[in-house]
Amino acid sequence: MAGLKAFAAAAFLSLAAAALPAVAQTPPPESIQIGLSTDAVSITAGFSGADLTIFGSLENADPLVARQGRYDVIVVLEGPPRPVVVRRKDRLLGVWINLESETFENVPVSYSVATTRPLQDVTDPNSYKQLSLGASNLYMKPADVTDSPATIEEFTAALRDRKTATGLYSENVGGVQFLSQNLFRATVRLAPNVPVGTHKARAFLFKSGMFIKESSAQLEIRKSGFEQSIFRVAHDYSFLYGVFAVSLAMLTGWLGRLIFRKD
Amino acid sequence: MGIYLPIAEISVNVFVLLAMGAAVGFLSGMFGVGGGFLITPLLIFYNIPPAIAVATGANQVIASSFSGALSHMKRGTLDFKLGGVLLAGGIVGSTGGIFVFALLRRLGQLDLFISLLYVVLLGTVGGLMLIESVNALRATRSGAAPVLKKSGQHNWIHRLPLKMRFRASKLFVSVIPVLGLGAGIGFLSSIMGVGGGFIMVPALIYLLKVPTNVVIGTSLFQIIFTSAYTTLVHATTNQTVDVMLAFLLMAGGVAGAQYGAKAGQKLRGEQLRALLAMLVLAVAIRLAIDLFVTPPNLYSLSAAGLN
Repeated sequence: MAGLKAFAAAAFLSLAAAALPAVAQTPPPESIQIGLSTDAVSITAGFSGADLTIFGSLENADPLVARQGRYDVIVVLEGPPRPVVVRRKDRLLGVWINLESETFENVPVSYSVATTRPLQDVTDPNSYKQLSLGASNLYMKPADVTDSPATIEEFTAALRDRKTATGLYSENVGGVQFLSQNLFRATVRLAPNVPVGTHKARAFLFKSGMFIKESSAQLEIRKSGFEQSIFRVAHDYSFLYGVFAVSLAMLTGWLGRLIFRKD
Repeated sequence: MGIYLPIAEISVNVFVLLAMGAAVGFLSGMFGVGGGFLITPLLIFYNIPPAIAVATGANQVIASSFSGALSHMKRGTLDFKLGGVLLAGGIVGSTGGIFVFALLRRLGQLDLFISLLYVVLLGTVGGLMLIESVNALRATRSGAAPVLKKSGQHNWIHRLPLKMRFRASKLFVSVIPVLGLGAGIGFLSSIMGVGGGFIMVPALIYLLKVPTNVVIGTSLFQIIFTSAYTTLVHATTNQTVDVMLAFLLMAGGVAGAQYGAKAGQKLRGEQLRALLAMLVLAVAIRLAIDLFVTPPNLYSLSAAGLN
């Protein structure tokens, strides 16, 4: 009962196929395109996580390389960046208390990856670092850069670990499949607690382990009508919302007494 | 059946929430308490963020105390004047509590403070009640008539100045302890998401010597306003009240309360108090375990720049 009303689905059939081998002196560079059929996804009351499908195509793909399976695609759906505090509990007088903390700026709230093959088989760790690609390579900027590198590393690891545990950071190996030499389909996971806001879908093309090209598209994830209205009212008219919450409680109490009265 | 909570921003099971509301409603109908002290920890165990559990718990308490207060008003066991003075103190206490709440949330110590308050208060109240009710049970078993405290007995509270007469409670007492009690309950209400009935009732009986039949109605009356005020302030300053969550809990709660009240009539007063005491102690112990046992995750995340 996925609450996603509209799944992204759009095939971008490139013209590349037409211009294939005949005029092959210096082949034009490969590039990648992705498309979403919708620029917004609504979360309804029944939402419990969903798979988002993104279609894309390679342009000017070399059919020989494609046949040998040496093209790799990594698709990432990245949530809006927000500052995050990571806290560590330590024992104080027998009680576990949040003591140390580290603030990071601009951490993507969610980060779902889909790949053609396991990440370590696509390219080398250095390229991932340079591209800041993959949950374990994402660069998280600490707010206080004067902290010791060991501490920052510890809290960064904890941050990734917590995000993965709550399903916000996920990896779907084999989630990108080539449907033909040029056309591929990527399936990225939306966690039940996926944050609302502007998400960015990015596709990275690799050829024999070399990064070639990146393409991106934007996706708005928002609460559907009713949930969104409640959220809006709670933030924009917070006092009236409070009055409503109190009145609703009193009405329920009064009705409950009318319906179930025993005295 | 899953439902997406608009403020808590997570998906939960409708039936779990309805059952939770009904179970707590049953107990609150049986024991004559609001049930906030059960609902807030239960929501936290169910992974609702503590800040939202507290604010929504306060909202839910309004429903149960409002329906309870209505029936007491009909029976004339509600002292509006006493309730009003308690309320004046309560508003001051709640305001202070919400300030402390926002401060602790910023420092990252809110969860700890809520747990500690619960453990200490529930542990103390539950322990005292258990001792008292076990003694009472033993006394009735050995055949001795229960010894009632003489109403003429006075303690230090009755020597304070600024006396006021509360006719419905047959009371002539200084307003200072009444205001102080109201303020204390208001403070707890905003930090713990409870109405405070489990503290208010014994305090009115033992400290102020209010007749027991007036106590519950008056306490419920003031709880309506304290928790309504708490809900309003949480809604405006923290935006942490989830009406969807609150409504599910209330719906289960008002139904459960009626069956609880019926079940409660079959038990004797001291048996009821012993059961309530054990329940309160169980919640306290469960929360205490979380404080002392090594948590499975030492690290926690929270959004920076909140409040």
